[in-house]
Amino acid sequence: MTDTIFAISSGAPPAAIGIIRISGPLAGSVLEHLSGRDFEPRRASLTTLKNSRGLPLDSALVLWFPGPETATGEDLVELHCHGGRAVLSAVCEALAALRGLRAAEAGEFTRRAFANGRIDLAEAEGLGDLLSAETELQRAAAMQMAGGIFSAQVDEWRSEVLRLSAQVEAALDFSDEDDVSELPPQFAQGLIALSTQLEDWCSRPRVEKLGEGFRVVLAGPPNSGKSTLFNALIESEAAITSDIAGTTRDVIERNVAIESIPFSFVDTAGLHDGSGDQIERIGIERAQVELARADLVLWLGPEGRGPDDAWEIAARADADDFTPKSKAQFAVSASTGVGVQELKLALVEKGRDAMPRPGEAALNARQHALLSDALDALLGAQKVSDPLLCGEELRRARAAFDRLIGKATTEDMLDALFGRFCIGK
Amino acid sequence: MHDFDVLVIGGGHAGVEAACGAARMGARTGLVSFDLNAIGAMSCNPAIGGLGKGHLVREVDALDGVLGRAADAGAIHYRMLNRSKGSAVWGPRVQADRKLFKAEVQRIVHAQGSLALIEGEAAALSLKRGAVAGLELADGTLYRAPRVILCTGTFLGGSLFRGEERFEGGRIGENSAQRLAAQLREAKLPMARLKTGTPPRIDGRTIDWAALPEQPSDDEQWTMSALTPGRVNPQVFCAITRTTEASHAAIRANLHRSPLFSGAIDAAGPRYCPSIEDKIHRFGDRDGHQVFLEPEGLCTHLVYPNGISTSLPVDVQHEMVRAMPGLAAAVIVEPGYAVEYDHIDPRALTPDLQLRAIPGLYCAGQINGTTGYEEAAAQGLVAGLSAAAEELGAAPPALDRANSYIAVMIDDLTLQGVSEPYRMLTSRAEYRLRLRANNASTRLTPLGLDAGCIGTARTEWFEAREASRDELTAIFDRKLHSKLLADADLPVRRDGGEKSVSEWVRHDGIALADLQPWIDEDLTQNAEMLAELAEDAAYAPYLARQEAELRDLRASEGLGLSHDFPFSEVPGLSSEMIERLTSAKPPTLAAAGRVPGITPAALSALLVYARRWQAAA
Ligand SMILES: Cc1cc2nc3c(=O)[nH]c(=O)nc-3n(C[C@H](O)[C@H](O)[C@H](O)COP(=O)(O)OP(=O)(O)OC[C@H]3O[C@@H](n4cnc5c(N)ncnc54)[C@H](O)[C@@H]3O)c2cc1C
Ligand SMILES: Nc1nc2c(ncn2[C@@H]2O[C@H](COP(=O)(O)OP(=O)(O)OP(=O)(O)O)[C@@H](O)[C@H]2O)c(=O)[nH]1
Ligand SMILES: [Mg+2]
Repeated sequence: MTDTIFAISSGAPPAAIGIIRISGPLAGSVLEHLSGRDFEPRRASLTTLKNSRGLPLDSALVLWFPGPETATGEDLVELHCHGGRAVLSAVCEALAALRGLRAAEAGEFTRRAFANGRIDLAEAEGLGDLLSAETELQRAAAMQMAGGIFSAQVDEWRSEVLRLSAQVEAALDFSDEDDVSELPPQFAQGLIALSTQLEDWCSRPRVEKLGEGFRVVLAGPPNSGKSTLFNALIESEAAITSDIAGTTRDVIERNVAIESIPFSFVDTAGLHDGSGDQIERIGIERAQVELARADLVLWLGPEGRGPDDAWEIAARADADDFTPKSKAQFAVSASTGVGVQELKLALVEKGRDAMPRPGEAALNARQHALLSDALDALLGAQKVSDPLLCGEELRRARAAFDRLIGKATTEDMLDALFGRFCIGK
Repeated sequence: MHDFDVLVIGGGHAGVEAACGAARMGARTGLVSFDLNAIGAMSCNPAIGGLGKGHLVREVDALDGVLGRAADAGAIHYRMLNRSKGSAVWGPRVQADRKLFKAEVQRIVHAQGSLALIEGEAAALSLKRGAVAGLELADGTLYRAPRVILCTGTFLGGSLFRGEERFEGGRIGENSAQRLAAQLREAKLPMARLKTGTPPRIDGRTIDWAALPEQPSDDEQWTMSALTPGRVNPQVFCAITRTTEASHAAIRANLHRSPLFSGAIDAAGPRYCPSIEDKIHRFGDRDGHQVFLEPEGLCTHLVYPNGISTSLPVDVQHEMVRAMPGLAAAVIVEPGYAVEYDHIDPRALTPDLQLRAIPGLYCAGQINGTTGYEEAAAQGLVAGLSAAAEELGAAPPALDRANSYIAVMIDDLTLQGVSEPYRMLTSRAEYRLRLRANNASTRLTPLGLDAGCIGTARTEWFEAREASRDELTAIFDRKLHSKLLADADLPVRRDGGEKSVSEWVRHDGIALADLQPWIDEDLTQNAEMLAELAEDAAYAPYLARQEAELRDLRASEGLGLSHDFPFSEVPGLSSEMIERLTSAKPPTLAAAGRVPGITPAALSALLVYARRWQAAA
């Protein structure tokens, strides 16, 4: 028989309330044991929870959900307790002492929901993202996935590929019959239409962007004012600034949300040739790595010497030795604040475009990789003239869709996936 | 002491392969059939091979079976179907002379050592503690044998239908073994009913051949069996005609007289091979359907009109046939009919085709719900090799979906069951790029050699063939510059750079033979092996992509679900899923994924539980 599991589902205490979930065949009898009474399903009731020795633990709001129409597909109980550490740990202790009951492992509630067919893989992933969502945008994107929008979309693609496959297979397996001839002209159109849709999805911003933030790297020669501008952008004195060239030696990274767009600002060591200092040299190497990873570089150095697509920033606009740039996107002074607000607003605009749009489902890296596989196969199918190879490419697309919604998954994938969940969901 | 290690009942295609296969493994084998002279008889259209089916013939041949050699001995028309498509879906097919085919089967069966031929009717199984102990014949003789293979075709409750007429029995002119049938029914095996049909036979002398387009035998000198040195018979033409509006009108006016429409037959027939009345009913807008006129032999006038299987009354068959070009004066020698028969739900079988309910009893061929000589032969081979291996403590060839169509079929049958007569199709094989009819020997003969089911002649042939492999493979690594090819007017860009022969043969419009000027070896030598290597090279990028998938497959094949795996205790499986899994009894997690209707969620529930269960065991 399956174990019955429990965990605090409402985040780390202390908080106003703490919700403990119990899922599994013993959930109902556990509730009866703790409260000494029966409950009407799906109705909140106030009751006093007591431990095995009859000592009161807490006065709690309890909910009883008989399976299988529950979040996990099993009998489920929710105890809404007072959110203090002591109360919650006392209730958990009492639960752990009961036979057949144990604390849940990471991701176990979701795993059960998945195993019991309550959610599919894409939804499970969405739920995982939802639980770790920090910003409102992240939450909205995760909601879309958890709601099954993406799964429904994949199902639709899959049936379209099946339809196309059937045409190819007919041409292969029944070519000896006159009723089936070569592939109809609509076939190619169908392929193109489908790959266009996938292309659109693949080019959309990915959900990780929401968690990682839009990565803005400040770069330029020593003493160009990078760290000072960095501090101004994140509104905190995280980086040391001084008039000594080579002050910043390592990479400093800070996450902030500006107008609810998540950013990751990165300050780097000043770039220059021929430094004899080993530490500085390593710092410069790291700065180069950061330039490659950046979503956007703010270039504070001599005009035209920064990476392509970098924004030319004329910094220290108030200083005596200020050298204007002919095509600077922004002239700013971190000291006086001139131009900083404009720069921030422009960054918000730019960052918003790189983020999944609110209300639109966004893919995570795994989903993106599989969808790209499917797209690659569909493009391959358009290139080959032999229907046999076309059939193979369509099969590959189908396999990618299957893996997207969890069919034919490998153990490792499941483990990796469910290992991400915080306990209790 | 047993009289035999393995006893095979039925001398059809399944029975012949089962008996010869078991005997080749070295088992003391007996083959029981009603009429020993009927062994090797082709009941219906004497055509062998075709799309998907040709693959089976070549695979049976690669394991040293009988079918391919007999097909060549009888072949009077060779045609490679699908030649315009990629070679993995080419379908070798021959039209055979019935008599010559049968004579060759008889010759092989009689020459096979360790095989006794017994004429008689198998009447009842002798069972001990529920397992097979032997076989009783209708005349009372009892043979003791721990393994019995049923290859009895449609003998279970077969009924024939033609218009308003009814006959009992498997095929016209044969009785059916009622006692054995009753015994199987008593064992409460899951059974179902299917139907199939056959067209009328026409006297070739009454066909106006001159009025019809001809279809000649292929010029290329390929053969069905790797061991056949060349074609032996004169080759004949087939002809092509069509049904007409007048044929359709005759059919439509009499649909109610067909047992298929009158309600007399309600079993499912094959969707891919409908009767002509079905075609007219379902695709009414067609003004004609193509019909191949295939001679049944060199010394017979019988002609098989492929494409008009029917159970309409005889008078309607005449009317329909005579309305077709070239057939205005055609005489029907034997009218078409439909057969309805019981078959065993193949989900009751293990992957070696043994009935779970009666250990020691194997079933192969049409009795398992398949149709076709090739399907029957392939199952017979598997059952024969498995039964012999089990008895001898050896291992049969390790077949799986990634190495053979045979395994695809067995896996489909035993996991998914059948809802219509099962026929091989290339689309059933997900790894068909590697399962070419042309490379069956490379794929399977080594497995056969390991298992011990390959005779001396093929062993020698195979060793000689393999000896050249390394040397020939090296040809494909040579580098050639695009300039050379472009200068010789081959369709490549001059600036394409240097590429290996492997890469060049992947180009549209470049065949290996085109590269002869720059290759020292004579490419006309070892042509067959070179063609195989060239195909390997052409498909290589696709095959490489499948590797990850195959690794996944083999990993989940590795997670075994033992025969007593408690599906009903897996948490979270709906009762529907439990039912499906329990009746299919998938032996591995991968197999469970192929049981129809099993959802991703169910599969992962199974995975989680199976791992825990395995760890506990
Ligand atoms: C009407 C009809 C038309 C068909 N048309 C085609 C076609 O065009 N092409 C094609 O590929 N396939 C066709 N098939 C299918 C094909 O004939 C079968 O699938 C195939 O022959 C089955 O082989 P088998 O070895 O399982 O059985 P069979 O070939 O039927 O052999 C069964 C053997 O068992 C013997 N037997 C049965 N019971 C006993 C007993 N109790 N004791 C001793 N011997 C017994 C029988 O005498 C027979 O020799 C057709 C089938 C039918 C019925
Ligand atoms: N007047 C004025 N001075 C500035 C401004 N920004 C930076 N400075 C000064 O310029 C000097 C260098 O500034 P930092 O921000 O440390 O420069 P950096 O580019 O980070 O230098 P390294 O870390 O050494 O590469 C400091 O003395 C700052 O006070 C500005 O906007 N106006
Ligand atoms: Mg600095």
